[in-house]
Amino acid sequence: MTEAVQQLINGLSLGSIYALIALGYTMVYGVLRFINFAHGDVFMIGAFSGLYLARWLKPLVVGWPPLLAAFVVLAGSMCFCAALGMLIEVLAYRPLRKRPRLTVLITAIGVSLFLEYAGQLVFGAAPRGFPTLVPEKTYGMDIGLAVTSTQLIVVAVTLVLLALLRHVVLRTKLGMAMRAVSHNPSAAALMGIHTNVIISFTFGLGSALAAAAGIFYSLLYQAIDPFMGIGPGIKAFVAAVLGGIGSLPGAVLGGFLLGVLETFVGGSRFSTFRDGIAFAVLIAILLFKPSGLLGRGEREKV
Amino acid sequence: MARLALLAAVVLAGLASLAGGRIDPYHYDILVTIGVNIILAVSLNLVNGHTGQFSLGHAGFMAVGAYTSAVITLSLRSGPVPVVFPVALVAGGLAAAAAGFLVGAPSLRLRGDYLAIVTLGFGEIIRVVLQNLEAVGGARGLEGIPFHTNLFWSYLGAALTVFTVGCLVHSTYGRGFLAVRDDEIAAEAMGIDTTKYKVLAFVIGAFFAGVAGGLYGHFKQYINPEGFNFLKSVEVVVMVILGGMGNTAGVIVAAIGLTLLNEGLREFEVYRMVVFSLLLILLMILRPGGLLVCPQWLRHLWRKRAK
Repeated sequence: MTEAVQQLINGLSLGSIYALIALGYTMVYGVLRFINFAHGDVFMIGAFSGLYLARWLKPLVVGWPPLLAAFVVLAGSMCFCAALGMLIEVLAYRPLRKRPRLTVLITAIGVSLFLEYAGQLVFGAAPRGFPTLVPEKTYGMDIGLAVTSTQLIVVAVTLVLLALLRHVVLRTKLGMAMRAVSHNPSAAALMGIHTNVIISFTFGLGSALAAAAGIFYSLLYQAIDPFMGIGPGIKAFVAAVLGGIGSLPGAVLGGFLLGVLETFVGGSRFSTFRDGIAFAVLIAILLFKPSGLLGRGEREKV
Repeated sequence: MARLALLAAVVLAGLASLAGGRIDPYHYDILVTIGVNIILAVSLNLVNGHTGQFSLGHAGFMAVGAYTSAVITLSLRSGPVPVVFPVALVAGGLAAAAAGFLVGAPSLRLRGDYLAIVTLGFGEIIRVVLQNLEAVGGARGLEGIPFHTNLFWSYLGAALTVFTVGCLVHSTYGRGFLAVRDDEIAAEAMGIDTTKYKVLAFVIGAFFAGVAGGLYGHFKQYINPEGFNFLKSVEVVVMVILGGMGNTAGVIVAAIGLTLLNEGLREFEVYRMVVFSLLLILLMILRPGGLLVCPQWLRHLWRKRAK
């Protein structure tokens, strides 16, 4: 029993990461109807910008409470990646706005490879250690559990970020515009919404969440490398499809479900199939319910 | 016309293999690799270019073919090579085609973007499975594959691939492929079973990728799962895009050019992929039809001249 609870907690912290990345996929899909392959690599850049920011800030934040310093690193990386996401959109995707979907997809793969290999040139191919930004404590030992303070912080901050995102999407003008563009871009443009600004904003928002995921991932696993974004990137995409691509609550649900499922499989006799489970889920979803758990089936209009 | 071209290619392959003894091993290696890459690029072009579906798992199908055919030749060592080798190649191709069907059937019912992710995932799964399969050497790879692939087999494979894909595209089926690429909804309205055509193109593409894998394995005499990773798939995709999607002649030229470029950039391994990825982005923005398609204004000029 305690083992199951332990796996559940591990799964939820991994699921938070998937949920944050999946939101980026789903939001971009909502406004542009294409899969941003480079999203997993923005996650990687988020982790590296956190590493460099932490190193650079170290002499400046002596004496600060560690949580505040960690927050500064998190916020800094999120801003940096938001800017990067918008830059990618303007340089690589905007010139292709009216082109066939395939063209944009291939460009996205190009951007993804570019970030990975340019990252390898700049950061080096060997895995790097990530500093422990928050003091490491373990709770629940007396009842046979091992919950680290990092896991708790990751889940808590993820919930805060999700609440913030919900507020932005549902209660602000920008969010309303975002929903309008996702519903019908041309009608939104006719209503005076600057679609390009909104698309940029969406990329920024998604990339900031990916950066947060990147930092959480590095805090949990403590090693980062330029190719770290591929695995979580694909799995988060599966999470987005599982929840119904285009649906924000779906992405969160899918992320947590996939995280928990993967941890349980990893702890069972089938642990070697851990990385395959995401694809099994993807194929099953595509076969039986392509619109996902919370997504609405879309009719293509002629 | 196509048959004539095939005949010429086969004769050329035979002549080339006669001259094979006089080529030094390094250049021989490059020449055989070019043949294998032509098969890969032309078969992927059937899926990406002619049918408009985006597959990122060509290396995975290549792996299936390479391992299947290697296991067959290894267990039939005593048999006559001219019989065993083609049988092994075709069996490898069929195994890859079966894998293609398994992957393609669920994902091709939906719109194109899903196929990219599923095939990408499939490529990774194949790699993981092969790494855990001790019967074929696991992560160490499979050693001691007999050396069967020479210039003749490599270019015979390439010629047959170009011939088959060429004939297919100009047949009724080919019209179906093109219709699916140009406008899926309109094609469906015209009574074309779009899923069937997509799966068909995908399975045929996988078959030839499997054959290419078999040829590759029996040339290098050693295969390991890492050799068929995502980057190998991307390399083939770049060939197709560079040559122009749906433009067979262009894709062949691109396969040759990129194989040579790869050799040339061997010393600059770190920069190679950065160059590749930038090439991909810039091509998509500036020349989506490929490098080798003659630009619109030139064609315009040509037509005016002709009048």
